Parts: sequence; C-alpha cells; structure tokens
Amino acid sequence: MNWEPVIGLEIHVQLKTRTKMFCRCANGFGGGPNTQTCPVCLAFPGALPVANKRAVEECIKLGLALECEIADRAVFHRKNYFYPDLPKAYQISQYDEPLCAGGRLAVPTADGDVVIGITRAHLEEDAAKNVHIAASGRLHGATATLVDFNRGGTPLVEIVTEPDLHDADTAKRFLQLLRQTVIELDLSDAELEKGSMRFDVNVSVRPAGSDELRTRTELKNMNSFNFAAKGIEREIARQIRIYEEGGTVEQETLHFDPTQEDSPPMRSKEEAQDYRYFPDPDLVPVHPPAELVDRLRSEIGELPGARIKRIADTLSFYDADVLVTGGLDRLWSDVVAAGADAKEAANVLANQFVAAGISPDDVDAGELAKLVAARSEIPRAAFDEALAKVGDAGFTAAPYLEQKVVADTSELDPIIERIIEANPGQAEQFRSGKEGLLGFFVGQVMKETGGKADPRVVNERVRSKLS
Amino acid sequence: MAGISKEEVLHVARLARLELTDEEVGRFQEQLSAIIEAISKVSELDLSDVEPTAHPLEIANTWAEDEPRPCLPLEDVFANAPDRADDYFKVPPA
Amino acid sequence: MIDTLRLTAEEAWKLVDTKEISGGELFAAYLAAIGERDPELHAYLHVCKDPGGDGIPIAMKDVIGTKGVRTTAGSKILESYVPVFDSTVAARCKKFGLRLLGKTNTDEFAMGSSTENSAYGPSHNPWDPTRVPGGSGGGSAAAVSGGLAPWALGSDTGGSIKQPAALCGHVGLRPTYGTVSRYGVVAFASSLDQVGPVAKNVRDCAFLYSIIAGRDENDSTTVEVPEVELPTAEDLKGLRIGVPKEMNEADGIEPGVTAAVRAAIELAESLGAEVGECSLPRSVEYGVACYYLVAPAEASSNLGRYDGVRYGRRSDGADFREMLMNTRHDGFGDEPKRRIMIGTYALSSGYYDAYYGKAQRVRTMIRNEHAEVFEKFDLIVSPTSPTVAFKLGEKAGNPLAMYLNDLLTIPSCMAGLPGMNIPVGLSEGLPVGLQLIGPQFSENTLFRAGHALERAIGFDVVPERLR
Repeated sequence: MNWEPVIGLEIHVQLKTRTKMFCRCANGFGGGPNTQTCPVCLAFPGALPVANKRAVEECIKLGLALECEIADRAVFHRKNYFYPDLPKAYQISQYDEPLCAGGRLAVPTADGDVVIGITRAHLEEDAAKNVHIAASGRLHGATATLVDFNRGGTPLVEIVTEPDLHDADTAKRFLQLLRQTVIELDLSDAELEKGSMRFDVNVSVRPAGSDELRTRTELKNMNSFNFAAKGIEREIARQIRIYEEGGTVEQETLHFDPTQEDSPPMRSKEEAQDYRYFPDPDLVPVHPPAELVDRLRSEIGELPGARIKRIADTLSFYDADVLVTGGLDRLWSDVVAAGADAKEAANVLANQFVAAGISPDDVDAGELAKLVAARSEIPRAAFDEALAKVGDAGFTAAPYLEQKVVADTSELDPIIERIIEANPGQAEQFRSGKEGLLGFFVGQVMKETGGKADPRVVNERVRSKLS
Repeated sequence: MAGISKEEVLHVARLARLELTDEEVGRFQEQLSAIIEAISKVSELDLSDVEPTAHPLEIANTWAEDEPRPCLPLEDVFANAPDRADDYFKVPPA
Repeated sequence: MIDTLRLTAEEAWKLVDTKEISGGELFAAYLAAIGERDPELHAYLHVCKDPGGDGIPIAMKDVIGTKGVRTTAGSKILESYVPVFDSTVAARCKKFGLRLLGKTNTDEFAMGSSTENSAYGPSHNPWDPTRVPGGSGGGSAAAVSGGLAPWALGSDTGGSIKQPAALCGHVGLRPTYGTVSRYGVVAFASSLDQVGPVAKNVRDCAFLYSIIAGRDENDSTTVEVPEVELPTAEDLKGLRIGVPKEMNEADGIEPGVTAAVRAAIELAESLGAEVGECSLPRSVEYGVACYYLVAPAEASSNLGRYDGVRYGRRSDGADFREMLMNTRHDGFGDEPKRRIMIGTYALSSGYYDAYYGKAQRVRTMIRNEHAEVFEKFDLIVSPTSPTVAFKLGEKAGNPLAMYLNDLLTIPSCMAGLPGMNIPVGLSEGLPVGLQLIGPQFSENTLFRAGHALERAIGFDVVPERLR
C-alpha cells in the first residue's frame, strides 16, 4: 500500500512594531522581567485595549503578499481560557471574521511550483511567559510558576495553511520561503530560536490517491526547520506503521523538547477546549479602507518565490534558489547589470561569497563586476584576497586586477620542465597511470610561481610534457 | 430549553474556574434553572433576518499610532501583587 | 452653616468662587455630615480625609478606579486593591478641580438593584432607612439624597444610575453609550456599562456630564459628543413626547407610581409639549431576557481576570488550578457567581447561537423599535422603576424578582440610548421617578425637558425625615 502524508501548518509571526498589539508598551524585550508592562497588558481592573494601527497594516500587507482576500469587515474576538500567562483570562484574537483569507503561497521547485493554500492570516496578541521552577532544598520538589508579562500583548500574525503539503522537505521549504518573505517585508525578525516565528505542524497520512482526511496529530515546539523536517518524517513513518499493523492513529499532541531534537516527544491528549468565542465588545470592527490596501499592496516588491522563478530562466534552478534564499540575488542582478557574465557571477556569489561572510549591502556591484570579469586573468590568491575585502568601504578592484596570471607558455614551460626533471619518480608513476599525481606537479609549479601561474595552462602543459 | 442539570452546573462552574460545594451546586441549580427558563424567552422570536448588534454605535477603525508610552515602574506593577519572587509574579505550579 | 442636604453643586460653586466659604470648609462640612448620617445610611465604603486641594467635593461609585484610593467594586476579591492609575473619568474630575470625598457602596461588580449584593453590607434609603436605596449605585444615591455629597459619579449597565435615582428622589443620567470613557472603571458588561452623573438637579447633572464626557483615546468605544447646553428654558414648547404603552402599563407597576408619572406627563403637556401614545411592541417583553443574556455573558469574560495572580485576594491551592478555583469561590459573592455561570452557559459550545447569538439579534430588534418611535417623537417617558423603594430583605432571596426591578430601564440600555431620571412626586411618602429617554446623543434634549419639568414640579429633594 502506498501512503500519502497530509501536512498542514499553523505559523505564528511576531511583528516588530514599536508597541504592543493593544497597548503602547514598547514591543521587543531588553529590560528585566515585568519592566515592559502597563495596566492594559497586566489586565488591571478597568483596563481597555486599543488596537495598534501599524500591526493592522502589517497583517494586511502579509495577507496581500500571500495573495489573500482582505476582509471588508474584520472583527476581534475573545478566546476565553485560564492560564497564568493570560492575564485577562482571554486572548484577543480573530475567529470567523479574520483580516485575511483564501490565499496561496507557491513554493518553487526544480519540477515546478507546489502551490500551498493559505486558509487565513489573522491578528492576535501573544501570551506572557511562564517560568516553571523548583524550590530548592525540598524533598518532594515543590515547585512554583513565575510569570513575566513583558511578552504579553506582542502582536502576532497567525497563518494557517490548507493541508496541501505532502512531504517534509516541501514543508521545510515552505517555512523557509514564508520566513524569508516576512523578513523581506520587514514585518518580523522571524527568528526561530528567539520565538519571533513559531509553528505547529498537523500530520496525517492516507492511502495514496484517496482524498480522505484521517486523524491527525499535532507537532509542537520544534524550533528549527531541520528539526521540523525530521520530526515530521518520523511521525509520518510512525503513522504508516500503525496503519499497516491494522491499528488506528489517536488524536494527540506531540510536545517536542526544543533542546533535544532526537528525543521522542511527550504525548498528550488535550481535552477539547470550549473557548466561548464572542466578538470583543471593547474593540470596534476593522473596515480596511481601499486606499490603505492599495498603498500596502504597492509597497510589496517582487517576493522571493517570484524572484527564484524569474532568475531560474537565466540560471539553473539550483543557482537561482541558492542566490535568492541566500539574499544575494539583488547583488547578482546589479553585478550582471554592471557587465559581468550571469553564470560566472552566480558561481562566485553562490560559492565563495557566502563563505567570506560579507553582507551584500556593503558591496559596490560595479567593482565586484570587474573582479568577476577578471576571475580567470588574475591569480587565485589575488582573487580570493580581493573577494575577502570587497565589502570594505571604498573598495576598488583595480589594484588586484593589476596582478595578472602568467599564462605565457614560454615562461611556464622551463619551470615545468625543471620540476619534472627534479621528480623523476613521480613522473614515472604518472606515466604508468597514477592520474592523481598531476595535482602534485601543478602544485609544485604554483608554488614555484608564487601562485601567479594560470592553473589551466599549467595543467595542460604539465600533462603534455609528461606524456 | 428550560432548566439546567447538576452536571451542567458543574460543567459551567469548571469552565469558569469556580469551586462549588455540594450545597452550592444544589442551590445554584435551582436559581439558575429559573433564570435560564426566563431568558429562554428569546427563543420565541424568529429573528433570522435580523443582524446581530455588533456595537451600540456604528463605529469602526478605532486604533492608535504605533508610538510607545512609558511603562509602569516595578513598584506599581507589584503594588497589589499577592506574591512575588524577585521581579516575577509567583503562583502555585501551573 | 452649610446645609449639605440642600446645597447643589452649582450653589456650592458660587460660594467657593465668591470666597464666601473655602473649599476646605466645604469639604469639612460634608465630612461632618458623613460622620453624622453615614453610620445609618452606609453610603460610603471609603471616606477621604484630605481633599488634596480646593474645589467642589464629589463622591464616586466604588467601581470607578481612583489612583491611590482603594477601589473594591463592592467585592471581597478586591478588598485591599488600590489602583496605581486613575480612571479617565476620575482624572477628568481631578483636572477640573473636583475633590474626591470618598467611594460609595455598590452591589458587587455592579450586579444588582438594591446594594444588598455588596460584600460590605447594603446601603439605606435616606427617605426610609429600612428600605433599599436601589442599585447597583445605591451608595452614590444615598450620598446625594442624604446630603453626604453634592453630587456623585455612578455607573449604569441596566439601570444602576436611574433606578436608585428614582428610589432616592434625585436626578441621574445614563449617557449615550460611548460618550463617557470606561477606562479604569471595573468592567461588568462592556457593551452596556456607562459612567454617569448623579445629582440633585438637572443643571448639576448636565454640568457634571460635560466634565466627564467626550472621546478618550484609551477607550476604543468612545466618540466625540455634541457640546453640552446647560438648560434654562422652563417650557416644553415644540417638544414631542411619546408615552410607550408597554412601558407605562407593564405588569407590576404600582398604582402610586402610575399616578405620579401620569400627573407629570399632564404637566408636561401644560408646559407646551405635544404628548402622544406610541408603542414598543416587543422591547419591554423581551428586554429583561435579552439583558440577562448579554450582560452576564460579557461579565463572565470580564471577571476572568480575578485570578489571584496580579492583584486582589488569593486563596490557597496546591497548584494553580486549585488556587484559582478557591480564590474565585472565596472572593466572589453569590450574584457574580450566578451571572458568571449564566454567562458561561450562554456562550458555551452548542448554546451560543440560541442564547448569546440570539440575544444580540433581539438587541437589534429593540434598537429598531426605538428608532421607529423616535421618528415621531423627540423623547419617550415612563416610570423609571415599577415600584417605590422596597424593604431591605424583601427581594434578596429571589434573584428573578430582583431582576424585574430593571424592567423599564433595561430596554433603552440595550439600544445604547441615553436616559435620565427626575423625581416627580411621592407615593406612600417615597419618591417616584420619571424616566426620559431620547435617541443617541440627545442629552441636551433630556436636560432641557428635565429641567423645565423639574422647575414646574418643584420636588423637594431633601428627604422629609431629614428636613
């Protein structure tokens, strides 16, 4: 029997607005516990929420980037439950009238797009932080819970996908693409370790070809994309095993330990909660004005997914993907516009640039273009040195371009002959089949010439002299 | 739609995190039943073509600019706190 | 010698302004009156020793947050709660130069019609201390009618300002929803609560309204208000007054109340008003049921924050949940518990559509019925309370019977309409109140009509036994 995994994602993105969602406390933590709080986010008696206009705009912007319909009328609902990190005993969220719905995100792959439906994107506030501690010196480990309300009230956009994903790798790519989109739109830092982007995964499997939806499990607390891919794959395998043994998959939540990727998750059956949603009477509906939506739409540039596809017309899909996801495609475009060869430039950026750890914003594309164009004409060492400095203020390629590689065989031949003569043993071994020794001779020539010889010419001349 | 059972009383009490003694369950069951009976009167009306009141006033788009205001000093944050550990609110384990 | 029983705020103002007396002397006179009569009336839960400056004194219902001054909402769960911030209305009064005399008694969390639900004992009617002053704002009412404050702030959700005003014989305004800020006021039912003035006469009432009313950036549900016109006219020419049949002939209205109200309506006609009959076919019949669905539902959510974590009384518990359940059991009285349970029920899964959802449609129906009447009339009138003040203990054991006290005040509250009580006569020696209701933002019309009637009737607001 062939099985098809069915995967849906629920992602929370913390917006990096200056203030919280429903009060004007500074957003983003730096101070000590409970230093970024006020009567509203502490839920003192009589406190009332006031919506952050910027957060509303950013949620709409994200919805537009995900090709959602923006609601004519959106409403904030109260989601009621009790927990120490929820001071009002309700979270202000959105229920059946969200800001954005019915969108899609196309994940480019070498074989074409995988289009993932976006069910909805809505605004809500983050909960505070509980710290569970054990009191010291007690035999039975008496504990307490400490609460820090700094995080409480941070604006969140919740994005829910349709169950359109069918493998862990595409799920990972989806998350990466979403993350990059959010960062490029300047909505969030989307750092998984810091928790400014979090996600839960719903996993089920079904016989390949059917469209039934079987019981799904929820995977929580995986804090890296690789972790997520692994966790998803394991869960898919587990469910398939169960079905193949004739069992049934139970609806459970799998709580992973974010510090221990390989530990099996704790399982819980969460009792169905009755959140008693109702429209929050302290807030009024949002009717996004058309001019606002138009303005926000015009602020969205070409998104990463679209750029990968466009650039893949010129380069390989792989190169296009590496450039865009590495944040290098803008620089690449500029370097090509300044005259460098598209594939050469891609090569340099995709392979060497990242390793040098330079920020593309620091680079003068014109100078880098000159460097790329001269890549085969200057010694490797000079090229590498130039590349390492290309992000420095005021960098020019000129001094490095002066160093030319020696390609003149009349210069190189005598050196090559000398080295062959000085190493008769290796020469003999090469002639009798040890191809690898070619590198030895080339290396010796490069050493002798202080790295200035053109390695292609040396290679060719050594080979011809040894035969 | 009339009346409320003891189980339902316990259920809503649990949802609302209200501990109730047996005596209270019995007493409230009687009182709540009478109240629910009275408020169930609304079921007599067919209002399927009437919109629910979103808001007493027809207002929308009330929001604030994203400008920070000073936060509370810690002594105000904790002025009425029943229990505190350093700068955290302390509660029994959740 | 300052006669605090008779002195209006306007008169007090003139005295202080012309330096006939000082603010300090004025404050001291009220403290003396409180010392003399409050042991009997129990209007106050907290009396301020120090006015903190010159100015006219004012009392405030103990649901109104006052910085540095204990605010209990009539509940044990807040028995030592001292707010660290002022409600907007308290701040506006302070800014205007009014001085806080003290916090007045209230049914717990404003839930009740007699103050018998206060965790600190009931208040007593200054006309007959064996009787209730009404509720939930019975403390402010007893203070104003008992000469223990020139005026006061109250709050009205289903009649908590108007009904005590009727039972104690003074003026109380429930403003148009959204014209007075709820920020810092302990929330009961967010879409119904309004803070309003409690005063000896209509001009004082209007003036106090002008001090507190107007858009507040801390309360998303507030709007700008038309400028307040202090009434001077003593006729009602050109005013069209409707007499809704269902409100004036409802079951349970005492004959003495009917007689006094009818006399007032006839007087209005003689003052030049055009009086006509009108109908609110279903608003009265379904108003109470609608209110006792909407209000408890919102309250059940608003009262969730009383969890013993950040403020208020906390009971013991081995874990968070136990602490929470004990805290709420020990800290809330019976009426809040009942309403929390009714509200939770009305919002719960499977019941929402039939109860809360339905009630919100009934609300629209009530609003539409009133809007239709106001096409033909500028105001409608009725008794405020079906009965005069009842004996303490008479209705306390029967929640439903208590709810019916609000039969006549509730319908206009559901529609967000302003309503004002003016005393119009006596029945069995106890005050009878007339309710004037207008369309949204018609406060100036209410003031004009109320003032003219008040002058014509010449009701003596000082209780007979205290003259």
